[in-house]
Amino acid sequence: MLRYMLSRFATFLPTFIGVTLISFAFIRVLPGDPIIVMAGERGMTQERYDELVTQFGFDRPILSQYWDYLTGVLQGDLGNSYVTKRPVWDEFFALFPATLELSICAMIFAVALGLPAGVIAAMNRGKFFDRTLMSTALVGYSMPIFWWALLLIIVFSGNLGWTPVSGRIDLLYYFPDTTGFMLIDSLLSGQDGAFTSAVRHLILPTIVLGTIPLAVIARQTRSAMLEVLGEDYIRTARAKGLPPGRINGMHALRNALIPVITVIGLSVGTLLAGAILTETIFSWPGIGKWMVDSIFRRDYPVVQGGLLLIAVMVMVVNLTVDLLYGLINPKIRKR
Amino acid sequence: MSLLRLRNLSVEFATTGGRFRAVDQVDLDVDKGDVLAIVGESGSGKSVSMLALMGLLPWTAKVTADEMVFDGHDLSKMSARARRKIVGKDLAMIFQEPMSSLNPCFTVGFQIREALRIHLGMDRRAAQARAVELFELVGIPDPEQRLKAFPHQMSGGMNQRVMIAMAISCNPKLLIADEPTTALDVTIQAQILDLLVRLRDETGMGLVLITHDMGVVAETAQRVSVHYAGQKVEEQPVRPLFRAPHHPYTSALLAALPERATDKRLPTIPGVVPGQFDRPKGCLFSPRCQFADDHCREVPPTPRGADLGLARCHYPLNTDERLAS
Repeated sequence: MLRYMLSRFATFLPTFIGVTLISFAFIRVLPGDPIIVMAGERGMTQERYDELVTQFGFDRPILSQYWDYLTGVLQGDLGNSYVTKRPVWDEFFALFPATLELSICAMIFAVALGLPAGVIAAMNRGKFFDRTLMSTALVGYSMPIFWWALLLIIVFSGNLGWTPVSGRIDLLYYFPDTTGFMLIDSLLSGQDGAFTSAVRHLILPTIVLGTIPLAVIARQTRSAMLEVLGEDYIRTARAKGLPPGRINGMHALRNALIPVITVIGLSVGTLLAGAILTETIFSWPGIGKWMVDSIFRRDYPVVQGGLLLIAVMVMVVNLTVDLLYGLINPKIRKR
Repeated sequence: MSLLRLRNLSVEFATTGGRFRAVDQVDLDVDKGDVLAIVGESGSGKSVSMLALMGLLPWTAKVTADEMVFDGHDLSKMSARARRKIVGKDLAMIFQEPMSSLNPCFTVGFQIREALRIHLGMDRRAAQARAVELFELVGIPDPEQRLKAFPHQMSGGMNQRVMIAMAISCNPKLLIADEPTTALDVTIQAQILDLLVRLRDETGMGLVLITHDMGVVAETAQRVSVHYAGQKVEEQPVRPLFRAPHHPYTSALLAALPERATDKRLPTIPGVVPGQFDRPKGCLFSPRCQFADDHCREVPPTPRGADLGLARCHYPLNTDERLAS
């Protein structure tokens, strides 16, 4: 097991370096100059411009700039934002709980609905429920996320007035960030209606962000279940006279979970990418919105640092998934 | 009243090329303590007929029977729920591939206790005690430890013992063994067969042994039912069958036994079992039968009398042998 973990970690480092290289290169390929963006409409003198170029190190060769960045990163220094002058690290962790809260809710939504839906579809293979569910899932998967968000806002916030349009909580409430998670903080504050308000703000973003993972999980669960249901040990379970609920929910599902966990792990990447759009639409103050704003400001250190941290998170999640396989299927643990 | 009574059992599969009849009007009887062997080549419908009895066929299969009576219950007229009370308890089955027939995600102990708890309502402790007892009965050493093992941590032979322990856990009245030794090596094969016969002797259960190994048949069975292309073509007690087979197919199967070979080349039956699209009009065996004539190719034969082993043949063999005895 230890050896297995070490071999997984060994693939970590090249991926990490690769991500720094790509994030560093991509933001510089974008047209636009951070110094001019910073100056805004007033512009600046040539002397001041040259001074800033030297200050940011843009006059040095690109490779040496990258080397400085990489050595900084390896020492835990992601640099300071050009705009706010605060360390990227601090900004990230101030905003991250908002994204994490939204992502966790979206994931719970996707798994809680997708897993049972896939199992039920597999049990009713070819019947009306199966067909309806699978075509709905395909629609959900193919739907552009921003359009889906706007549709939901128009119907539920605009026409019906059930949910708020944007933000994390009503402006009525104010309390300090204790954990950064609005659901927990609002409860801790003890203010009447704060928690309900936080929940109401979460509903639409959760649905929007969770839709694609939900569709993927439902379809993957269905196909994995169908494959497992043809196995000999399912025949044995039926020959034992076990009730269908137990056969499907225990004997089959446990074996079908491996591919499902894999897509759940991969969905985390999709989720963070989706968070960027979702947060922008719902003005959700998380890292997604922060990243988009930084790209428009050509805030190089923020974009690089943000991408890197997101990439590391995705890698950690996938590593966890690999380790989970062994827990679910003892046969994999042995290898 | 026999323990199991099948009359006119047919199974049809809905395939993209139309309906395929895998089992065709089969009659079978098994008594308590009986060992019935069902033999035939691959594709002769041996397993399918027994899976139909257990209710284990996929939804594409359509099972019809005039009678499918087990222990006084007509299984074909029961609800799925009522049937599950019998299947796995009084009527048990073991399969060909022990390695893939056990769930890789659960310990073998869990898989055995599960049946005990569901059918007999045992609590955890009683089920554990019974599982240990069962492992000792089927000859698995160190039962407490082995119960904690996963299927992949044990050999094929051990897994088949686990399957047998699981099948007999609720003291079934009838055990169906579907080629239980095919996936195992020869020494283990003999042990497993001995075990099955010993269990039959001790518990008095009926045993149906599906096999294509005539050697296995000779050693273990009392009666033999020979199947070909979904039909039962002959049924006799084991000794007369080996001495005087009445159906040319049985005779050809016996001639193909290596022990009986007199020539350097092993005798074979030319051709293969007819499939969905090449079923002959007359006798199903006629294209491969050395005695077939135009009558055989045109008119399907009906089973003969019990004195001729119920042979489905226009020209049964060894009829004078019958006269002599």
